[in-house]
Amino acid sequence: MPSVLFYLFSAIMLGFGILVVALRNPVSSALSLAMSFLGLAALFVSLGAFFIGIIQVLVYAGAVMVLFLFIIMLFDIKAEERRKLNLPAVIGGIVLVLIFTLQLATVLSDFQPGKRQINTVPLDPANALATRHANGLTVPTIDKDLAAGELPDVKLIGETLFTKYNFHLQIVGVLLLVATVGVIVISRREDKTVEPVPAK
Amino acid sequence: MLTLNDYLLVSGLLFAIGLAGVMLRRNIIVIFMCLEMMLSAANLSLVAFSRFNTQSGLPDYNGQMLVFLIITVAAAEVAVGLAIIIALFRARRTVHVDDIDAMKH
Repeated sequence: MPSVLFYLFSAIMLGFGILVVALRNPVSSALSLAMSFLGLAALFVSLGAFFIGIIQVLVYAGAVMVLFLFIIMLFDIKAEERRKLNLPAVIGGIVLVLIFTLQLATVLSDFQPGKRQINTVPLDPANALATRHANGLTVPTIDKDLAAGELPDVKLIGETLFTKYNFHLQIVGVLLLVATVGVIVISRREDKTVEPVPAK
Repeated sequence: MLTLNDYLLVSGLLFAIGLAGVMLRRNIIVIFMCLEMMLSAANLSLVAFSRFNTQSGLPDYNGQMLVFLIITVAAAEVAVGLAIIIALFRARRTVHVDDIDAMKH
């Protein structure tokens, strides 16, 4: 991926991220966050993680942001009125963020493995195919794509997910079930005024 | 050419923006959005590490599995968090965190 695209999508991601914090209307914040996630998905694709990029668009920019917008609509929240700022909290927050950024810059400037360029670690389908065959892994569709010199990202994710991480996948499935039931229990209206059905 | 540090820096900056939002904003829904932003920033650095740590010519898919699980858990967390916000709004009629100070008094 050319560097100019990396800088473009990083700028989209960070710029809309700043708008999320800066805009006072929650609807504008939510839409900016969706744009920020689209930029992030483009960065995922630039790293060869096509599946994760698509999931980012579907789950975050699609489902989660629609959920946020529904909640905002349900509450009928207007733009925040200006209140007196809690000055110590604001100063504390800004200082904390500055310290974090400074720490990040210091750590990254000393991080030698991070100085590797992306073209020094190329994706090598032929080598991958040979290694997989040596390890006795032969899945016909994956082999076909690797032999054609392509990266079968989704197929490899599926293979890893359903072999090495099968147990984790099932645990996450249970977690989603628990979350679904929990959401229904929490958001149920406790209506105590409902009249019991009169006996005949 | 792009280096791993470029991706890590961008990811860290996104995390810092999310942190600033959590610290500075008072609207609980916007705070929750900024939390999501911080989770995604962590995902970006995981995917970058996965790409730059190739295993015999392929990205390290263990990292991408962790990202997949994080996205799933984050989706569950959004659902539960928004349900709690709905319950809170029903009880207090506010989404302003300064108005929710029952544990201060």
